[in-house]
Amino acid sequence: MKRNIAYIWLVGVVCIVYTIYSCNRFSSAQISAEEIPDTISYNFNIRPILSDKCFKCHGPDAGKRQAGLRLDIPESAYSALKDNPTAHALVPGNLDKSELYQRVSTTDTAQQMPPVNSNLKRLNEYELALIKKWIKQGAKYEKHWAFVPPKSTPVPGVTDKAWPKSPIDNFILAKLEKYNLKPNAEADKERLLKRISFDLNGLPPDLATMDKFMADNSPNAYEKMVDELMARPQYGEKMALHWMDIARYADSHGYQDDNYRTQWPWRDWVIHAYNENMSYKTFITWQLAGDLMPDHTKEQLLATGFNRNHKITEEGGVIDEEYRVSYVTDRTNTFGKAMLGVSLECAHCHDHKYDPFSQKEYYQVFAFFNSVKEVGIESTVGGPETYAKKPLMQISNDDVKNVLKFINKKDTGKLIVSVMGDDTAYRKTYILKRGSYDAHGDSVMPSTPKAILPFNSNYPQNRLGLAKWLFDKENPLTARVYVNQLWQEFFGRGIVKTLGDFGMQGDLPSNPQLLDWLAIDFRDHGWNVKRLVKQIVMSATYRQSAVVSPEKLKADPENIWLARGPRSRLPAEFVRDEVLASSGLLTKTIGGPSVNPYQPPGLWENATSGRGLLASYKQVHGPDLYRRGMYTLIKRTVPPVEMAIFDASNRDQCEVQRLRTNTPLQALLMMNDPTVLEAARVLATKLLQEKSASNEKIYKAFRLIICRKPTDKEMAILTSYYDDQLKSTSKQSADKLINVGEYPIATDVNKQTLAAMMKVVDTIYNLEEAITKT
Amino acid sequence: MEKDILEHRLGVNRRRFLSKLSLGIGSVALGSLLLPDLFSGVKGDDTDFIPGIPNFAPKAKRVIYLFQDGAPSQLESFDYKPKLREMMGQELPPSVRGNQILTGMTSKQTSFPLVGSFYDFKQYGQSGAWVSDLFPHIGKIADDICIINSINTDAINHDPALTFFQTGAQQGNRPSMGSWVSYGLGSENKNLPAFTVLLSKGKGNGQGVYSKLWNNGFLDSIHQGVQFSSSEDPVLYLNDPNGMDRLERRKMLDKLAELNDLSSKEFNDPEINAKIQQYEMAYRMQTAVPEITDISKEPDDIVKLYGPDCLTPGTYAANCLLARKLSENGVRFVQLYHQGWDQHGNLPIEMGGQAKDVDQASAALVTDLKQRGLLDETLVIWGGEFGRTNFSQGKLSKDNYGRDHHPRCFSMWMAGGGIKPGIVYGQSDELGYNIVKDPVHVHDFHATVLNQLGIDHTKLTYKSLGRRYRLTDVAGNVVKGIIA
Repeated sequence: MKRNIAYIWLVGVVCIVYTIYSCNRFSSAQISAEEIPDTISYNFNIRPILSDKCFKCHGPDAGKRQAGLRLDIPESAYSALKDNPTAHALVPGNLDKSELYQRVSTTDTAQQMPPVNSNLKRLNEYELALIKKWIKQGAKYEKHWAFVPPKSTPVPGVTDKAWPKSPIDNFILAKLEKYNLKPNAEADKERLLKRISFDLNGLPPDLATMDKFMADNSPNAYEKMVDELMARPQYGEKMALHWMDIARYADSHGYQDDNYRTQWPWRDWVIHAYNENMSYKTFITWQLAGDLMPDHTKEQLLATGFNRNHKITEEGGVIDEEYRVSYVTDRTNTFGKAMLGVSLECAHCHDHKYDPFSQKEYYQVFAFFNSVKEVGIESTVGGPETYAKKPLMQISNDDVKNVLKFINKKDTGKLIVSVMGDDTAYRKTYILKRGSYDAHGDSVMPSTPKAILPFNSNYPQNRLGLAKWLFDKENPLTARVYVNQLWQEFFGRGIVKTLGDFGMQGDLPSNPQLLDWLAIDFRDHGWNVKRLVKQIVMSATYRQSAVVSPEKLKADPENIWLARGPRSRLPAEFVRDEVLASSGLLTKTIGGPSVNPYQPPGLWENATSGRGLLASYKQVHGPDLYRRGMYTLIKRTVPPVEMAIFDASNRDQCEVQRLRTNTPLQALLMMNDPTVLEAARVLATKLLQEKSASNEKIYKAFRLIICRKPTDKEMAILTSYYDDQLKSTSKQSADKLINVGEYPIATDVNKQTLAAMMKVVDTIYNLEEAITKT
Repeated sequence: MEKDILEHRLGVNRRRFLSKLSLGIGSVALGSLLLPDLFSGVKGDDTDFIPGIPNFAPKAKRVIYLFQDGAPSQLESFDYKPKLREMMGQELPPSVRGNQILTGMTSKQTSFPLVGSFYDFKQYGQSGAWVSDLFPHIGKIADDICIINSINTDAINHDPALTFFQTGAQQGNRPSMGSWVSYGLGSENKNLPAFTVLLSKGKGNGQGVYSKLWNNGFLDSIHQGVQFSSSEDPVLYLNDPNGMDRLERRKMLDKLAELNDLSSKEFNDPEINAKIQQYEMAYRMQTAVPEITDISKEPDDIVKLYGPDCLTPGTYAANCLLARKLSENGVRFVQLYHQGWDQHGNLPIEMGGQAKDVDQASAALVTDLKQRGLLDETLVIWGGEFGRTNFSQGKLSKDNYGRDHHPRCFSMWMAGGGIKPGIVYGQSDELGYNIVKDPVHVHDFHATVLNQLGIDHTKLTYKSLGRRYRLTDVAGNVVKGIIA
């Protein structure tokens, strides 16, 4: 009873403080130099310091705990020290008697914490001041914010009442007003259209769409365009890409010889599910437990391919159990990172060092995924019968005709997909000591980490129960984690920056009230994904111009507070799509087997044992050469280089967040990749075949690629370049230059003129803005 | 990297760029690879480690790692075991095997007949190191190298074992060794990446390599290994298209910069200037890389040293020569992989062919570095991902046998970079199965390599998703006994 009261008190404090604070640990430096707040929050001010500097040895991991001292829970931190029973790590209100403060503030290296040999830096003056004040104010602990269910907060009032278009904007503006930042004006229509085109379809708008939108002066022109783009089938493709990274989807087995697999019908299903606007709850439940649903459909079974997308070995001579365990481990870790936004995997070998997850709890989650009727190695490299591993489903042409209409199956061949299916006998799960597959400890039953939400005993103890637990109203993470993932898709950065870590070591939310409001709103509206997407893109926040004044850049270089619109380089797949679509080469087919477009020779051949279908690269021809980037086959051990250079996932494991880099190899790729050069030639040809003046052609090329009209200055630079090239391009060099790619060379255009125009188009492709969402 | 320093530098470079542009000179010199994280969009949030500054004075500045992919047998190369010949055909005593797990390829074997080397061994140099007749050239440099006969690993299959050697973990998409070094020390040459990869294939049974082995993991992708070759396109997408010469490329880049600059003025986004810089870097690479990778102009004595194969692009010999040139030009970490060392059967014949392809060029690389005065500051490493069993896999006949994977002890050698020359370190038992003296685990090997580069392996950390990662994970001790 006493415990309960303490808990309620704790939660109460969290909620109050949670609404007062909102800061970001790593980016607070600029806003900070920060005065010390009036009321110190454990969650927002103290815990990040303790977690980073102390918990490694004085935290949840019982195995590594030093001196019996635990600082992550108050009972232990307040009690007498084991080494020195007259002293206490923390004495609320009393700085002198709080050993913790004495040890972190001393300059005596023999006494200092963290110890010199820990390689952790000493606390800085600001951190010391925070701890000092916290102790003086009573050293109050709070439950970790992410493990407390989101609380509905009223939409905040703002001074500039004209700006908000959605409650999202109130939350954002309230923060901006606090930091004396003014939001940017709305972006111009052309740039806005490019932004929503890429964000909703992953493609540039075509000319007709641009003209229509520019001519539409009705007040709801923007909304109409948003609706139109969301109704297109390319919406499903765009949304699926992010999920493919999370689901570590690829059509190769991954280890060693890395032979082919046919998991792509699962990918076709994801596109379909997004286009059908399947609720997030259904989307996840089917993927986690479709096979366990009563009288499950073929579609529900196919969805479970999610948990079989991991790598599977075909290396002869491996130890079966070692690999079987690794598959279960992969599923467990993916579940944690993708759906709960926590790094469960840290408890694979020992108790989690930072978060309150014990090793036992890790294996309790593991137990949900441990009864699959599978083996570690089913077969070595072989023919079509090895392209999926048991349990598997076969998809017939009849299935495609009748129930699985969204699968793009082109031939009558046998098609198999790896899916989930539990053995009738329950496989006992043991804690694996040090994470080692053969070091069995105590046995455990399926359950969930108590710190997040205890497992309801009314739920079945299987994956279906796990899905119910995930969507339990009290689950603090599920909704927050997904809205945060989507937020990143549109703004380039999550409200919680560390998408896969909502735990103690993760970043704090930049706008916790907004995160909670979005999470609750999403949950209470039936986990409706399209509704959430529309809500985001309709906001004034999203629609701001991306121009950044030097003052704003200085005040908020990472655009955390969103006083400007998002601006970022396109993901690898969309770089390709942009080039193909604007040139008119793009093949708009949806789904189907993955394809091998152009790739520099030798990459697969130089790195293979020679076994299997993927030992040598067999490039496709014709329309399949011009498929969207998301359909390029990923051979996990040698992923497509065009994608890797632009930071695409290698699908080795669940990835919630890609890096975004800017390297010279990207420049070389854009300058010399035959895909880009061919697109430039094809677009130049089309323009030259039209009856128009050369400056009109350049103007049009610019619009198609950059998605806006060029300025006079830009036109001047490009036309002078074209004139120069017309003069300086010899017949000989023109012949060579245009001879790129397999698309037929037109005979009705002058080759020198074509080469000159091709160089102009190619230059436009190489503009920073061409592959940037602005 | 402090934001305002970044701003400042970008600003300075933009101004410099524009003033040069007006003079018609397009190239700007700011190698982002010199400052690894300067231009990345996403910043690492590590506050404890400052990239680019060694922890203490380094002995080696660069590494060339000659990876023998597939795992060459230690028993036919550097670990001389005459006892195995004496006991030819006798069973491996269970007491020696202990609890060692076997791979699925031999675990069902009912007999484990010991087998001695098909090849004879000789002692070489003042050190008197034993080297098999398969490696006469390496034998001749015995006094320049340190042979370790007590390397051991945790993995027993190729994929996890390779991944372990390259990334310090058997699973998990962690950064490669070269990526760690690139992150830790940056590049010495503003026109070249800090971490380069060269591939070749022998005639023996191969197991393939994977680009995940030179992956940057959670580090910025600027630290990814860049594949080089001595072919016509030495780096992917390096060559301008046919029909476009250097002058035309320069013109195009000047127009491009003018246009990008307009956009920069409008948006004020630092990424746009970074993009301009990256195009200039690419342009410089286009000039610098072909010069470095051109081996056709090497003098006769060098060709003779490495052997005639070195003139054929894509061979191991050509890659050794290319490795020297890249290293000499400041590439921090040159990673070679030579495939074909997986002799489960037919070992006496296959291994002969494999050795012939690598022996001369491996030794030549050490000799060449030495004659150029570069061996002191260049660490050369030669070895595979595990060793091979002392018993025969499959049927043992008088002149034919195979060997399965063996993780408990095997051989590698190192040269230069402050490693003691002319010694043999560590010792296996007389049957070559277990280590009896001075074991060197993979983590220890990693700790030692970093140590030679002036890096404390416990301090080279990167925080990703809440955890600080190291190449050596939570283990590793510097092997003091091999340090000069």
